[in-house]
Amino acid sequence: MPEPEQDPMPGLVAEATRGRPIDAGTIEMAAVETGPEVRRRTKKGLGFAAWLSIGWIALVVGLAILAPVLPLDDPKDSITEIARRGPLADAGSAPGHLLGGDFNGRDMLSRLIWGGRTTLTVATIAVIIGFVFGGLLGLLGGYFRGKVDVVVSLLLDVLLAIPAVILALALVTILRTQPGTKGGGLDPEVALILALGFVAIPVLGRITRASTLSWSEREFVLAARAQGAKHRRIIRREVLPNVLPAMMSIALLSIAVAIVAEGTLAILGASVETDTPTWGNMIAIGRINLQRAPHVVFEPALMIFFTVLALNMLGDVVRSKFDVREGGL
Amino acid sequence: MGTIARRLAQLVVVVILSTLFAFALLRLFPGDAADAVIPYGTAAQKAKFRAETGLDKPFFEQYATWLGNLVQGDLGKDYQSNTPVSDKVGAALPVSLQLMLYAQLIALVVAIPLGVFTAYRVGTKADRAVNTGAFALLALPSFVLALALAYWVGVKWKPDLPFLGQIPVTGYEPGWLEPVFGQSAGNIGKHFGTMLLPAISLAAGLIAVYMRLLRSDMIATLQENYITMARAKGLSDKRILWRHALRPSSLTLLTVAGLNFGTLIGGAVAVEVIFGIPGIGTLIYQAINARQIVELQSYIAIIAIGYVLINFSIDALYVVLDPRIRRARA
Repeated sequence: MPEPEQDPMPGLVAEATRGRPIDAGTIEMAAVETGPEVRRRTKKGLGFAAWLSIGWIALVVGLAILAPVLPLDDPKDSITEIARRGPLADAGSAPGHLLGGDFNGRDMLSRLIWGGRTTLTVATIAVIIGFVFGGLLGLLGGYFRGKVDVVVSLLLDVLLAIPAVILALALVTILRTQPGTKGGGLDPEVALILALGFVAIPVLGRITRASTLSWSEREFVLAARAQGAKHRRIIRREVLPNVLPAMMSIALLSIAVAIVAEGTLAILGASVETDTPTWGNMIAIGRINLQRAPHVVFEPALMIFFTVLALNMLGDVVRSKFDVREGGL
Repeated sequence: MGTIARRLAQLVVVVILSTLFAFALLRLFPGDAADAVIPYGTAAQKAKFRAETGLDKPFFEQYATWLGNLVQGDLGKDYQSNTPVSDKVGAALPVSLQLMLYAQLIALVVAIPLGVFTAYRVGTKADRAVNTGAFALLALPSFVLALALAYWVGVKWKPDLPFLGQIPVTGYEPGWLEPVFGQSAGNIGKHFGTMLLPAISLAAGLIAVYMRLLRSDMIATLQENYITMARAKGLSDKRILWRHALRPSSLTLLTVAGLNFGTLIGGAVAVEVIFGIPGIGTLIYQAINARQIVELQSYIAIIAIGYVLINFSIDALYVVLDPRIRRARA
């Protein structure tokens, strides 16, 4: 099927409107990508908001990495005096524990940092899986076209026909179940990573394919081909470096989507084991006491919100920095 | 109309493959499916289950039988309560459809004027403020908003609104669509009251998406020659914006809004569970937790088929709405 003319950096918007299956994450990414933020920033360096985002990400990632050496309470230790106490809570605040304690009296600050460690690890590895496999499929389909592309596109369409949340939910459940036993199966964290990674494949695959499709038409690729370069070399040296910036931008946005997905799955009881803190799990178990101790829900919710916001912003910045057209104009 | 025919062929292939995928996926459930579905059943009951679902037959024969039944409306049954899945779908579908409809309506009613306004006032402080707000809204997951609304409206504020009555934190009241599916209708005011918070939770993210997409298309449209022409003729800005510019700018919005009917099902699962709304999302959640593989297969297949059909209709509608696409594709 002849493809319509494409931008060198095919926008997510174009991808989202091709009238084929697409997941909610991509639609949201498309919306992130359209807006006045991009153009303003290309003119004036990075800008305040972008630096703020970088700062926030650095802080969250730094705390997550340093969690084992920081002087924190054990995230699984109950301190009865601070149970259900904290900002907003009916029982008042918990002296000495800035963010209060959850319904078991576990220190919220410590749980937020340890939870961030798990959430960020899960989201990042999942997106790396999606990046590698989706990227590979997209590169192959976009570069070789013809029959290869038909197969790749069909595969991506089929995967996208099932809403990502539902697919991930089913996958987590399957992966965690072990024959004969209740529970068991894969480690819940591994199951979660694999499930989220799997649903990220078609998203990253679709974007990579579209981008590859247009780049591999360009003159320098033709020139390399005319000089007798092998496919492998052309893909690695000519196409990939040009496709990568778009992929990186999408990857950042995808990490944000994966963090939200972890939260959604947690609410549905399909994240890691409930005693392991993740931002999603904290919300899911805190939900039961929403009325009396809302801080247990809203503190991790705010972490998710700010982190997703910062990642969206950075994804946008990466794209605008590498977008050849906007830079050239 | 070669394009339509080709799309139709593609559609059939995607439907077959995605249902096959859903089918194969759930066959991956480790161990004996009979053990998972009826864990406390006797050996005879399990044997009956295997015969009923054709588990003892070769894979593709199983799939063909299952798909054949599905197309004829036989969706298998929930082996825990022994109810046919089609009955459960019949009860849950109107709930989910109404929720999605309300979410879409709220989103469009808010997003379209905002999109038009920001495109008209592009670059101004107002434009930037609205866009920043929308950018923030994009980072707000629907389940977070759902919990925030449940707390601040349902627990703290507890408004007693005219017509809607008290806004409950959980629970559902049937609305106007249930009678169409052969069920009894409920109190319509109460119905809207129960749906208000879930619909807003789902709509918020959509507002940001729709507004930003419409704005960027609208900005491009407003630079077209015929808009300058309309201005030169002395038409009012209001008329130009709403009558001349909106329609050609709404294609992206239309597509994305259409596609969202599919993606909303996924997004709605958590929101339905939080507010205790007995829709398709809740059914899927319950089926997964109860390991009802047969039931789950049917849900996933229904969603996949519905999704692909929606995609196809949008594509067709696109061609009808924009003559330029019709010619370019022919």
